[in-house]
Amino acid sequence: MTDMIEAEGLVKRFGRTEALRGVDLRAGRGTVLALLGPNGAGKTTAVRALATLLKPDAGTARIGGYDVLTESVQVRQLIALTGQFASVDDELTGTENMVMIGRLLGLRRAEARRRAAELLERFDLADAAGRAAKTYSGGMRRRLDLAAGLIGEPQVLFLDEPTTGLDPRARSHVWDTIRDIIAGGATVLLTTQYLEEADELADQIAVIDHGLVVATGTPAELKARTGGQTLMVRAVDTARTGELATIVAQVTGATPEVSGDIGLVTAPASDPAVLPAVVRRLDEAGLLAAELAFRLPSLDEVFFTLTGHPAEDTSDDEGRAA
Amino acid sequence: MTTLDVTTTATPAGERAPLRRRIGARQGIANALTLAWRNVTQLKHSPEKLLDVTLMPIVFLVLFLYLFGGAVAGSTHAYLELLLPGLVAQIAMFASMGLGTALAEDIHKGVFDRFRSLPIARSSPLVGAVLGDTVRFCVAMFVLTGFGVALGFRFHTGVVPVLAAFALAYVFYLAICWISVLIGLVAPGPETVQGISFIFMMPLVFGSSILIPATSTLPGWLQAWVKVNPVTSLADAVRGLTVGGPVATHVLYALAWAAGIVIVAFPIAMRMYRRKL
Repeated sequence: MTDMIEAEGLVKRFGRTEALRGVDLRAGRGTVLALLGPNGAGKTTAVRALATLLKPDAGTARIGGYDVLTESVQVRQLIALTGQFASVDDELTGTENMVMIGRLLGLRRAEARRRAAELLERFDLADAAGRAAKTYSGGMRRRLDLAAGLIGEPQVLFLDEPTTGLDPRARSHVWDTIRDIIAGGATVLLTTQYLEEADELADQIAVIDHGLVVATGTPAELKARTGGQTLMVRAVDTARTGELATIVAQVTGATPEVSGDIGLVTAPASDPAVLPAVVRRLDEAGLLAAELAFRLPSLDEVFFTLTGHPAEDTSDDEGRAA
Repeated sequence: MTTLDVTTTATPAGERAPLRRRIGARQGIANALTLAWRNVTQLKHSPEKLLDVTLMPIVFLVLFLYLFGGAVAGSTHAYLELLLPGLVAQIAMFASMGLGTALAEDIHKGVFDRFRSLPIARSSPLVGAVLGDTVRFCVAMFVLTGFGVALGFRFHTGVVPVLAAFALAYVFYLAICWISVLIGLVAPGPETVQGISFIFMMPLVFGSSILIPATSTLPGWLQAWVKVNPVTSLADAVRGLTVGGPVATHVLYALAWAAGIVIVAFPIAMRMYRRKL
């Protein structure tokens, strides 16, 4: 079976900035691929190239087997683009926005109205259907945006930073909506700067940084790939943190990191046997642990390991100018 | 690169209607009409957007009539006959300016990105915006004529020539809209559109016979400009069609210019629209 999304060697320059420097992406039918990276990494540029909005300087991309450059008419019949830069019309009501898209997609007026009502209901927007979109909250707007994307029953859905700027509650509501869409069987390409979001929603993650995919894999693979587990210990008596750090260093054979104010001692540890070893040594020393944990790395740490800088790096905004 | 081959219940592409390979003209027209409907619906929700085209004719008429009436034509009454047809041309020009700002806003907010990702005719968002703007033209002309008649203006020709005058102004307006579209596409942001439009419109609107029908007192270079300016032809044609006077040459000249503007501006606008976003 061919992949629904295939991109090979995508390159895009804006003036002297190289937004994409040879990006390869693949997503099988019905899977969710997250493009994870900080602002300015090239995520939006990649989505715009795949959604036929932007002509790459080099490389090829196919959606459902159709070339995005030479068969863009077919590609546009398969895709829907929602998110950051593809927006609903503020001035129109929820229903009007939906009917407009339905009519543009060739539905008859009655059919467009029916689909609109159905999707607004499904996305919890029925009460707001008659209100102008500019009166919607951030979360409602995103849901309207997603609903509008589904009118044409797309096979491939691009969600460009679907929850950026939302508060945690609105975000989890949008996540539920996205899970609902995923369950419908569409292939989804999702861009995000939130590691948690990729972890929650995606089958595959492609980590993108400075226009290059620096790693791909399932969330679990990525975590496993980047240096195993971490041992974390904190002493009840923070005055004895130094002593604690010495014990951790001896047990793990690594130089632990000590965060000064709370006295949290962390060290990389690949062997699960270090946990009982540490407990024994603490007991011998009469040191009480307020916190003791052995955990998998977070995706933040994964990102740091892969790129050498934290994901929160907010360099200049993604170039959408031509 | 790893690929997941997750089997799902997604509908295989084969079960669906086959994909179209091109967008036909009929669908293009339907798309443009839907998007024109969008603009009209926006106006229905925010009628205050029509404030400029409602007040503009009144302000222009009162201001220019009493400012220049005595000086140019000897009396305000005599000047009204010259001014009102001229203002038909002037307002046709100025009313088109809102379009550029609206387009720049659509682009800025990403509304156009969504349109561009849909399987619709590429020209339809621009054509739809121009067609939807017709409402603004009609409102402006209605207010201008109504207020002019209230001040004492009378048509001296007949229903057909008067309708022809407005039709001509409308055709010219549609052509100028494409320049407004171009400005909306090149402007760095919505807020700059107005400024660029004004710089472009000023010499066309005021360097014409709209306010001063007799141009013999002007310096030679300005006379030459007024003469070649298509807005002069439009104003003179509308005068001929509403209060009497020579018509044919002016109408042809104005129509030729309108056609010329569309032939040049439309393809450039389409090219930029394709590239820009």
